[in-house]
Amino acid sequence: MSEPSKLFKVTIDNITVEVEPGTTILMAARKIGGDVAPPTMCFYSKLKGSGGKCRTCLVEVSAGSTADPRPMPKLVASCRTNVMDGMIVKNITSERVLDARAGVVEFLLLNHPLDCPICDQAGECHLQDLGYEHGKAGTRYEFKRRTFEKEDIGPYIQLHMTRCILCYRCTYVADQLTNNRVHGVLERGDHAEISTYISKSIDSEFSGNMIDVCPVGALTDKTFRFKNRVWFTKPVDAHRDCPTCCGKVTLWQRGDDVLRVTARKDEWGEVQSYDGKPGWICNTCRFDKKHTADWVIEGPTKIDRHSVISQGHYVGLQQPKETVQAVMGGRAPKLLMDIHSVSDVNSVDISALPGPATSKTFDKKNQ
Amino acid sequence: MGRKLLLDKAHVENIRQYDVYRQNGGYRSVEKALKSMSPDAVTEEVKKSGLRGRGGAGFPTGMKWSFLAKPEGVPRYLVVNADESEPGTFKDRYLMEFIPHLLIEGMIVASFALGSTRSYIYIRGEYAWIVGILEQAIAEARQNGWLGKNILGSGFDCDIYVQRGAGAYICGEETALLESLEGKRGNPRIKPPFPAVKGLWDCPTVVNNVETISAVVPIINEGGDEYAKIGVGRSTGTKLISACGNIKKPGVYEIDMTISVEEFIYSDEYCGGIANGKRLKACIPGGSSVPILPANLLLKTAKGEKRIMNYESLSDGGFATGSMMGSGGFIVLDEDQCVVRHTYTLARFYRHESCGQCSPCREGTGWMEKILWNLESGKGKSSDIDLLWDIQRKIEGNTICPLGDAAAWPVAAAIRHFRDEFEWHVTNAAESQTRNFGLAHYANELPVAPASV
Ligand SMILES: Cc1cc2nc3c(=O)[nH]c(=O)nc-3n(C[C@H](O)[C@H](O)[C@H](O)COP(=O)(O)O)c2cc1C
Ligand code: SF4
Ligand code: SF4
Ligand code: FES
Repeated sequence: MSEPSKLFKVTIDNITVEVEPGTTILMAARKIGGDVAPPTMCFYSKLKGSGGKCRTCLVEVSAGSTADPRPMPKLVASCRTNVMDGMIVKNITSERVLDARAGVVEFLLLNHPLDCPICDQAGECHLQDLGYEHGKAGTRYEFKRRTFEKEDIGPYIQLHMTRCILCYRCTYVADQLTNNRVHGVLERGDHAEISTYISKSIDSEFSGNMIDVCPVGALTDKTFRFKNRVWFTKPVDAHRDCPTCCGKVTLWQRGDDVLRVTARKDEWGEVQSYDGKPGWICNTCRFDKKHTADWVIEGPTKIDRHSVISQGHYVGLQQPKETVQAVMGGRAPKLLMDIHSVSDVNSVDISALPGPATSKTFDKKNQ
Repeated sequence: MGRKLLLDKAHVENIRQYDVYRQNGGYRSVEKALKSMSPDAVTEEVKKSGLRGRGGAGFPTGMKWSFLAKPEGVPRYLVVNADESEPGTFKDRYLMEFIPHLLIEGMIVASFALGSTRSYIYIRGEYAWIVGILEQAIAEARQNGWLGKNILGSGFDCDIYVQRGAGAYICGEETALLESLEGKRGNPRIKPPFPAVKGLWDCPTVVNNVETISAVVPIINEGGDEYAKIGVGRSTGTKLISACGNIKKPGVYEIDMTISVEEFIYSDEYCGGIANGKRLKACIPGGSSVPILPANLLLKTAKGEKRIMNYESLSDGGFATGSMMGSGGFIVLDEDQCVVRHTYTLARFYRHESCGQCSPCREGTGWMEKILWNLESGKGKSSDIDLLWDIQRKIEGNTICPLGDAAAWPVAAAIRHFRDEFEWHVTNAAESQTRNFGLAHYANELPVAPASV
């Protein structure tokens, strides 16, 4: 048939890969994987037009191509820049990139409320990961963080505008998966906000996917609100025969309770694809099928071993040998209140449990 | 006195009316182009003229036109950028208000060269009264056969539409402008693709400033080579400068780019000197986005040469000791002006006008404004000055569109040249609330490094 198209060679952080023409630097870097793949907060490979905004994926192009080996003067957004044959890119090997990226992380956290302790996204939040991996400790910002008027956007999705990083992903979901977008970005600059126009409720059959694409806790599942920390729940893959969507999901369980249903995520935190098609799920699967009986369970979800979620099982954990007293040279800590005497958590040896702790574990009657 | 090519007839009585404009030689360039030239020949003339974009970036216009993609069966568009929202810049307003037919005439010729049968003027919303003036001119041009079908029997069809913006500086950035023109939120697009390939409704598009397009008229009338004889080096033709601030005669002046900055400020033909007998402290020569210069670096370059009002000379020394021609918004500050307050005012503007798409600009502009407010109101710390420097450095070059740079440059330049004044605000916080730092040493003759041969 047609002759095979010529592949482009691109070298990123001294590792060379061959990719199809038209591939972005980011997707080429993901092909290499690991630390070579720049972090992404706004780009989402399954959403057309996404990317270019957050600037966390900036990289240095030290040679444009074999034909024109001049370096590019500015750092470029790897998610929106195509590779050329013979291009040489520096990501984590570039001081400039690391410096600029630390700047972007600082900017993204500038007005962020840092309310992780009460945020349902904590533990699976891309901003937490980003801050941890690419940010600096401490902030130089000394001003009041911005706040917004609270807005109710319907029965399923909770909007916390203070946490939003304006990645625009949710607007692309509404544009590309639902037949009617009723929300968007209002205002501009640092007062821009995600909102519905005159407090409309978002209720399209695929709107729940906005929760899955939101990198932070700005859009969370109302039916899961404050139910549990994600690292205490056990994710299992399951499916059902759904007339509307692919029906392939992850159930987030605690004991036998299904606390939450999400689409399945790939290693980049994006919704998984099946046969090249993104596995978005419908709102019925997400919000209305909360019984194990609704689902055919496939088995435990593979979770990256570095993720805090995989720590939730506490299986085979070694308890630390040193006690506070040992560390403090024999002195007991001066406490206003000994938390051990009042906390239920400490009455149970979580590391001895075979699975995740559930509310039953802490039930006094069982002990 | 230099030659005037754009404004020479601007004050003829009733020049806004078609008949008067025509009697004064109007629409000759359309006749010449459509009857005796091919579209490519028009582009060639513009190339020869050396005309550079008057919107701020100074990109050669003829080259821009020749980059326009011309795929078969796809419409092409000319869009005129009349958003003019850069603080200190008001030259396009003057041109459109006084001699609107010049812009319409230039647009017809440019549309012919580019093959645009529907051309647009995107005008800032606050110029509400000018919309009527332009529409009147368009209607008159159509009645007299300069617009519509088969203009002058050449087979070329063209119509012009005016679209009002809704009050956002960012919609002057060409891709934000196109989004807004399409009826969307005015967010700059991520480039590439560039408008020359995918512009308005994904079709090849040229976006040019009002003054750029108006300059096409004398270029076609007199020929590109004649036009290129005016001016010096790569600064050909005439340039409109809108002068404002502490000068005796604020206004719009057409200059040929050979006069010195000193002459422009002090001669009676132009600004007439500093008002109220005060002394010159600083100047932003090209609209609020370009670096501010203290008096000593403004009048002479670091090499000790006279600074001239043109692209090359104004940027001589790079950002370390130079500035930019920009959009020609010439803002003069006298000895009573406070550079800290002034920088704060600009930072507030950019914070307000950022579209909010990319994190460095969205968050960084607000942060800089808050720190500058602290410094200005006597609550600053000396570490704030270094912090400001670091913030602007992290914005510059890392954003989607040049608004991020435009917000960073004024802050950088103010600290670079006026650090003493910033520090004085910190060390003399109470005094800084009652008096200004004044002229200080900013007009002192600078030592000139001997030329290294
Ligand atoms: C934030 C921003 C605002 C701008 N505003 C204007 C404007 O009001 N008028 C204008 O002609 N160009 C403006 N520009 C420059 C345009 O993007 C574009 O370069 C120009 O219209 C091209 O025309 P020219 O080649 O004739 O100069 C602006 C650019 C930026 C980044
Ligand atoms: S709500 Fe979430 S998905 Fe939407 S723009 Fe904000 S951070 Fe992005
Ligand atoms: S630099 Fe500022 S104005 Fe330009 S796209 Fe980014 S946020 Fe918007
Ligand atoms: S991921 Fe590339 S800019 Fe946000």
